[in-house]
Amino acid sequence: MDCSPIERLLDPYLDDELDPARAASVRTHLEGCCACRRVLDAMSSLRTTIRTEAPYHRAPPELAMRMRETLGRESQEAVRTPAPRTHPPRWNRWFQLGAAVLAAVVVSTTATWLLTAPDPEWAIAEQVINGHARSALTGRPMEVASSDRHAVKPWLSARLDFSPPVVDLTTAGFPLRGGRLDYAAGRPVAVLVYAHRQHVIDLYVWPGAQSRSGLDRPRTFTRNGFNVVHWTDADMTYWAISDLNSADLEAFANNYKTAK
Amino acid sequence: MTLDHSARMKRFEEVCVAHLDAAHNLARWLTRDARNAEDVVQEACLRAFRFLDSFDGRNGRTWLLAIVRNTYYTWREKNRVHGSSVEFDEDALAALGYDMHSLGNDPDDSIDRALKEDESRRRIECALAQLPPEFREVIVLRELEELSYKEIAVIIAAPIGTVMSRLSRARKLLLLELQATQAS
Ligand SMILES: [Zn+2]
Repeated sequence: MDCSPIERLLDPYLDDELDPARAASVRTHLEGCCACRRVLDAMSSLRTTIRTEAPYHRAPPELAMRMRETLGRESQEAVRTPAPRTHPPRWNRWFQLGAAVLAAVVVSTTATWLLTAPDPEWAIAEQVINGHARSALTGRPMEVASSDRHAVKPWLSARLDFSPPVVDLTTAGFPLRGGRLDYAAGRPVAVLVYAHRQHVIDLYVWPGAQSRSGLDRPRTFTRNGFNVVHWTDADMTYWAISDLNSADLEAFANNYKTAK
Repeated sequence: MTLDHSARMKRFEEVCVAHLDAAHNLARWLTRDARNAEDVVQEACLRAFRFLDSFDGRNGRTWLLAIVRNTYYTWREKNRVHGSSVEFDEDALAALGYDMHSLGNDPDDSIDRALKEDESRRRIECALAQLPPEFREVIVLRELEELSYKEIAVIIAAPIGTVMSRLSRARKLLLLELQATQAS
C-alpha cells in the first residue's frame, strides 16, 4: 500500500483541518492500514500528553499592573507628541508608579464603551468579555473556590436575589472550580467558573430571558480572540465565555443545558 | 485613523490586557525563562500600544501573539541567545534515523506507557523546550492556545502549508525525543 500521500494528511486530519472529502479518504485508508493508524495513535497520545501535562504559563498579576502604569504614561506622551517614538524603551520605565493613571484608565474604558456600544446585545457581550478578562488578571477568578455545587450554589444565592442553576459537569470534562459575583446588564449577576484542560470558562447567569430572540438554541460569537456562547431558557439568561475553541465551548453549553 | 486617549486605553484593555496570559505563555515557552519572558511581554505590549492604530479590530489574540513573537526574535538576536538553530529539514530527520512508520512501530506500546508515567510531565516539558523555537512555537500555538492553522499562519507570517509542515515535523521530533528518553 502506498502510504506517502496519506502521511502528509495525518497532521491536518488530527487537527480537523481537512475538507470532508479528504478527511473521508484518510479515514478509508486508516481502516485498511495498521501502520498509519499507529502513527496517528502516537500523534494523538502526544497531543493528549501536551494538553494535560505541559505547563500553561499564566501572566503574573503584577505584570498587568506594571504595564497599565507605563502605558498610561506612554499614552499621555503620545497625545502630546503624535509622532511615533523611535528610540528603544528603557526597562526602568516599567517600574514607575502611576496609580492616578490607572484609575483614569478604568474610568475612560467604561465611559468609552457606553458611548460606542452599537446594540444592547453587543454591549452585554462586551461587559461579559471585560469581566472575564478582569477576573483573570486579578489572579482571583473565584470568590468561592469549590468543586462542590452544594457549596457554590448557596454562596451565590445568599448574595443575589435569585438562585443560579449550578450543575456538575466533571464527567463531561468540565469540572466546576467555583463562582463569583459580577455586574452585567445593569444588575448583579452570578458567574459560575468551570475549567476545561488549561482553559477557564466563565458562565454568566441572571434571571429573565429579556433577549430579543428567545434563544433556546445557543448562539456563538467570536470577538477579540474570545469565544462567547449565549442562550436563554424559560427563567434565565446565559453567557459562556472562554478562550477555549468555539466547538468545545458549544459542547460545554450543550452539556450544561442537558444536565440542568 | 488616529485614536484619541480614551479610545487607545479601551483598545489596550481589550487587546493587550485581555490576552496577557496567552502572550506570557508564548513568551515563556520561547524564552524558556521567567524573567526574560516578562521583558519580552512588556516590550511587546509597548510595541502593540504604539501600533494600536494599525489593529483592524478583528482578532486581538492573534494580533498580540504576532507582536510577541516578533519581539522575541528581535530580543533573541540582540541578546545573541543561540539555542539550537539547526534547521530540521528532511535530510536532518533522515540523519536522525527518522522513518515515518517507525513512530508507530512500537510493539510493546512503550510510547503509550511512557506517556502515562509519573515523570511524563517533566519529560514533555524538556522535550518541548529542546525543540528549535520555530517548531516549539507552532506546538504551543496549536496545542496550548488551540488556534487554527489560519490563525497560526497569521501569527508566524507564513503560508498555511508551512504551518502544517512545521507542526508535522515538530510532532515527529517530539515523539522521537520521547522514545529516546524512554529507551535510555
Ligand atoms: Zn498507510
